[in-house]
Amino acid sequence: MKRFLSRLRVKALTVLLLSVGLLVACSDAGRPDNRAVYLLLDTSGTYTEELEKAQSIIAYLLGALQSGDSIAVARIDSGSFTEKNLIAKVTFDDRPSTANSQKRAFKQTVDEAIGNIKRGSAHTDITGGVIQAHDYLTETGAGQRYLFVFSDLEEDLQAGHIRDFPIEMNGVNVVAINVTKLRGDNIDPREYAERLDNWQARVEQGGGSWRVVNDLERLNRLIEVR
Amino acid sequence: MMTQLLTIWSDSPALSLAIWLAILVIVLYLGRSHAHQLFRATGRAIHGSMRLASRSISQLEQRLSARNRDVLLAMGRREVEEAIERDFNRVYDIMERDLSRYPKLHRRIADAIEKIEEDYQEASDTPPLPPAWSEVVETVSALPGSSDPAVHKVLDNIREVIEDAHRETVKLYQKSSRDRHRVLAGMQPQWRALDQNMGKVKQTIDGLEERSQTIDKQMQEYASIRAGEEQALNSLTASSLTQFLIAGLVLFVALLGGLINFHLIAMPMSEMVGGTSYIGSMRTSDIAALVIILVEVAMGVFLLESLRITHLFPMIGRMDDRMRRRMMIASLTILTLLASIEASLAYMRDLLALDREALNQTLAGTAVVEAQFRWIPSIGQMMLGFILPFALAFVAIPLESFIHSLRTVLGLITLGLLRALRLVVRMVGGFANHLSKMLVHFYDMLIVVPLGIEQLVRNHSGKSKPEKPEAESVPWDDDELVGKSAEVKS
Repeated sequence: MKRFLSRLRVKALTVLLLSVGLLVACSDAGRPDNRAVYLLLDTSGTYTEELEKAQSIIAYLLGALQSGDSIAVARIDSGSFTEKNLIAKVTFDDRPSTANSQKRAFKQTVDEAIGNIKRGSAHTDITGGVIQAHDYLTETGAGQRYLFVFSDLEEDLQAGHIRDFPIEMNGVNVVAINVTKLRGDNIDPREYAERLDNWQARVEQGGGSWRVVNDLERLNRLIEVR
Repeated sequence: MMTQLLTIWSDSPALSLAIWLAILVIVLYLGRSHAHQLFRATGRAIHGSMRLASRSISQLEQRLSARNRDVLLAMGRREVEEAIERDFNRVYDIMERDLSRYPKLHRRIADAIEKIEEDYQEASDTPPLPPAWSEVVETVSALPGSSDPAVHKVLDNIREVIEDAHRETVKLYQKSSRDRHRVLAGMQPQWRALDQNMGKVKQTIDGLEERSQTIDKQMQEYASIRAGEEQALNSLTASSLTQFLIAGLVLFVALLGGLINFHLIAMPMSEMVGGTSYIGSMRTSDIAALVIILVEVAMGVFLLESLRITHLFPMIGRMDDRMRRRMMIASLTILTLLASIEASLAYMRDLLALDREALNQTLAGTAVVEAQFRWIPSIGQMMLGFILPFALAFVAIPLESFIHSLRTVLGLITLGLLRALRLVVRMVGGFANHLSKMLVHFYDMLIVVPLGIEQLVRNHSGKSKPEKPEAESVPWDDDELVGKSAEVKS
């Protein structure tokens, strides 16, 4: 009987140690619900007039993101597939107080960058920006990945730039924000719908999801609350 | 396949079907007795098995009921024993505190009585008025006036002397009365002291009487429990259920308190251990906050155990007083430290909320506004953070009641489930038995034509085979089974 009890104790101890080991192993093994956000700002042509509105989106995103989440803001110009277009990026610290300081600094950097944009670029390379965004979002390894495209979605590529190939958007939630109507759209509204449909098809074929939000008053459900 | 079978006897499906039916009826008729045996044997077997199962469940139920009864009576006995012991201790305290001073009190009462007696004696020992003097005065006054001036003068002198003597005597008497009254007035405090002392004695005796009545009641209850009376058992069950409900309610309230406590410290905890690491699907900061609360509850349990308020850990109860005191101090110190940590975390939470509010205002592009009287919620949160751990510490008391009464409640629930199971098993057995009988009759309905022919033939031949009555008795009766099992055992 004593021998049995002794064996039982050893077994119980082993199970306890294994459980503790498992718990420790599980600790920080994965961050299932952290989020990464990439915001593309169109700085081409007349769309620069809309950039002030982007500040409210950035404020909303900074308010919604928490410790462990990542955010990056980049601009779309004539050639967007480059790190040089990145205005600011940050992954928020584990401690909430430090994360708040990072948010303040981030906001200041972005505000200054937007304030310095006086002239719009000659061309609009949205696809390059989207590919760059996908690379960044994949690198973060976040559970939820969002790409916000603040643009009229009218691509105007520089001569020689090749962008007519399928893009990889696996697991990325793409949200087109403030897709303004162009002069041509007023003449033939089908062009606007066609433009949106083309982008939706490209994103969904690449494995992403697509959404359009034109009313900036309805930003509260842009990203999932954790 | 089916079509081929259907047209095997004739091209007409109806005719073929009729032939098949006739064959089937004949086959069924021929196999009638075997089919009947099969149905009835199966029905009886199921019925018997179910009865056996029901019997086993019933025995288990009885054992459980007896066990519940024993546990309940033992619990009740222990509680009453403790209550009686407590009351005897109180009686001992009364005897020790009040009646140990009784000789002194008695001496004081005796002294007071002696003093009163002396005073009484002193008050009653008064000089009486000489009765003859008044008569002499009255006689002298009543003497007729004499014409002789000398006699008249002598008489006047005598009267004056007597009257003077009388006045002196009255004065002396009045003085003596005053002295007696003074003595009597001096007796008043003694009477009062005597009254007070007697009041004290009465109070003590009343307390003892009251306590003895309580002990009498408890002894009656104890005797009733020891005798295992049904009334005592019902009373204990009701008491246990009431305790379970009340303790459950208090534990629920404590759980809500713990939840509030958790929310108070979970957010600032992320400032200490980080807000992004996870253990399983839970944040490490949340687990840390939960652990702090659980440690507080554990410390509260140890504190109340070492104070001997609860008896969840007999080992702590068995410790010597010195060790127990040390444990009490240690648990109280840890509890106070944890409460202080919680208070600081609550303050940090407030600071973080303030910072977040300021950030939101900055992001919204508005100027940061300093809120007035912001210190009130800060202090409120800190106090809440400090008080809640101590409040949670008392959860050990309802927890103990809950655990003790849970045994009774679980026993009752199990008993109820066993009863329900027994009923279901018996119903299934009965249903199987009746179903087998129904199947026998249904079988006979299918072969009613050959049975009718058989009856006619029997009537013609003059032989009527009496139907063997259906044996209604169950072959595997429980008693029979029990007897058999007893035989096997022997």
